[in-house]
Parts: sequence; C-alpha cells; structure tokens
Amino acid sequence: MTGRQRVLILYLADSSLESGVVAWAQYDGTGERTHMSGDADQPPYPTGLDALLDGWRLFQFAPLRPEPPGHEFRTSYLKYEFAFEKWIEADG
Amino acid sequence: MADREHLLTTLEMARFVARGFLRFDAIVPAALNERFLEEVESGLPPFAPAGTPLARCYEGSAVAEIVRLPRVEGVIESLVGPNPRFDHQGVHFNPPASVFEAQGHRVLAQHTHQDSTIDPRTAFDLQLMYFPHEVTPEMAGTRFIPGTHLRVVSEMACARYQNVVGQQKVVCPAGTILALHHGIWHGGEVNRSDRTRFMLKLRLAPTVRQCRLWNTDDLGPEMSAPQPIFDPTRMFDPDPKDVQSILCRPEPWFELDTGRLEFINRIRLWRHLLGDEDFDAHHWMTRLENVPPGVERI
Repeated sequence: MTGRQRVLILYLADSSLESGVVAWAQYDGTGERTHMSGDADQPPYPTGLDALLDGWRLFQFAPLRPEPPGHEFRTSYLKYEFAFEKWIEADG
Repeated sequence: MADREHLLTTLEMARFVARGFLRFDAIVPAALNERFLEEVESGLPPFAPAGTPLARCYEGSAVAEIVRLPRVEGVIESLVGPNPRFDHQGVHFNPPASVFEAQGHRVLAQHTHQDSTIDPRTAFDLQLMYFPHEVTPEMAGTRFIPGTHLRVVSEMACARYQNVVGQQKVVCPAGTILALHHGIWHGGEVNRSDRTRFMLKLRLAPTVRQCRLWNTDDLGPEMSAPQPIFDPTRMFDPDPKDVQSILCRPEPWFELDTGRLEFINRIRLWRHLLGDEDFDAHHWMTRLENVPPGVERI
C-alpha cells in the first residue's frame, strides 16, 4: 500500500480561514477524478474552515505582504491562497 | 462613422468599465451567420498584417459586413474609436471532445488566462468574440470572469484558478457578440456536443484617445454629484442604474480588501474615458486625495 495525494487550493475573501471561498482548484493524485477549469460553479466548501472540518490538512498559506510603495492600488493575483491535502491509501 | 443612435450609452459604457464586457445576443442576422459559416468551411477569413486599419481587413468577406452592421460599428466606435487598427484574429474550431477521446487523448478545458502579456496601460484594446451559431450548454463556449480585466497578471500565470465564483460560460443564440476588455480572464470550455464549435475573435486597438467616444447625450451632472455612501438601497441593487453605483458594485469573487481597489481602478479608468480627473464614485478617490493645505503627503 502507498499513499496518493489529493490537493485542494482555496482562495478566500480575506486572510482568515473563516472567510468565504472566492475561487478554487482541485488535483487528484489517485486518478479517480479529473478536475479542470470551469468544471463547477459552486465551491466545494463555503469557507476554508469547512475544509479543515472535513479532514483536509492545511500545508501552505499565502503570507501577508504590504503593497509596494507606488503600487498600492494595483490588483493582480488572488491574495489569500490556502493549500490543503488529503492522503489516500492506494495500491501500487 | 457610426450613427449616434447606435453608439453605447453612458450606462453601457460604465458597465463595460466595471465588468470588462458587454454581451449582444443575436446581433448578427441569420443570413450573415450562415454566410460566415459557409466561408469558413472553405477557408479561414483573410489574415491581415497587424496594424492594418480594420476597414481594410476583410474586403469581400462576411466579416466585413459584420463589423459594418450599424450596432456593431457603434459598439466598436464607442470603445476604440472610429478607425481602429486590427491586431489579430483567432478562428477557434473546437471539435467534439469525443473525437479526441476516441484517439486516447485526455481532454481538458483551456486554462483561464489573460490574453497577450503583462499590460498595465489605461488605454485598452477591444476583443470581439463572434459566435456564428447557437452555443448550447453541451457545446459550452467561452468561460470568462466578469470584473477581472483590470488585474495586471502575466497571461497563463492565473491558470491555477480552475473555478471562480461568478464565472460565466457563453451559452447563446447564433449571431451573438461579446465585446471584451483585453484584460478579462477567460478560457475555452470542453465541447461535449456532437458538433464542431466555431468562434471568431478579433482584437482591435484604438488610434485615438479613448475619451467620450460613446453617446454622451445622457451624461448629466447628477452622474458625478456626491451620493450617500454605503447606502443599502444602492449597495445591494443587482442592476444599478447610475454610473457611481455601477462602478462600485462588487463581483462575487472580489476579496474584501482588494475589491475596494477594484472600485478605485474602475474610477480611474472612468476618469480617463470621461476626461475628468475630478470624477469620483462613492467618495473613494476624494477621501484619498484630501490633503489639506500645510499637510505633507506621507
């Protein structure tokens, strides 16, 4: 038996795990499911905390950085990225 | 030059500035759609060199007649002026996914991206997406995310965002045109129908400063007058009817803090289009620009 990783990336409305999900991505290392862009219109969880409650392990989140002087109003990538994983026992 | 009646209104322009798109269902007549499809069956529309005036790009082709339709011409002129330059075209053919799957290929939707490259300009290019036939839910046309157009990102770098709350997928009648700001995030969906999907994308660049190119007959002083802010009757109106409320209506994916920066960036773009550096919406810029005499800005 060996493990396979499922990855869930949630983008939240602010830096708190309790805030709402505004975007998401999923990757399934077991091969059971294929996720892709545009495959769902409703997020898998309403908040980041709900993912924890469902057994996802948080392994990375975006640091808070002050906006560089002169670029305070520039918007770019989504700021509040939280990466979760689950390890699934699998053969092979 | 387009007739004034066919230009965009002020509220339509404000919606474009806020959301980065306008959609015109079945704006192209059926006969012209059929002619376009017949033409692409026998060959691609002519490829003009980048920078060619649009008026000289498609002589003899159905596309020439489409961009000269009075309302289409009015939309183009309102956004990028009367003599835009052609940048490039993309003729998108999407055969049914089953064709590729039968060959053993894994079929995935196109990743969400912003076209071209990092583009921090205030001036913008217009992208027209023309759907010559009906797009059914199974055909699943272009996916796009309203309100992403002012985010400065590097093309495919935003591909990780598989799904965004509020994303839209183009399901539309034949002859529909989407008018898009060049910066809007988008991607092609998987075609699960049994028919090839067509879409023509044209990128057009302005040759004049984009200032009051639309029909400004409805542009009154009340649009710039200060309004009560955080007024629930305006904040939660799903279809606001005044410029300031349109510019300050959040998208469902907006982060709580950067959503306010989006308002500011919309106001800045509206100032540019209006030629009025004093315009404000719901006090966002006035508050930041208030530096009383004798006080040094930090």
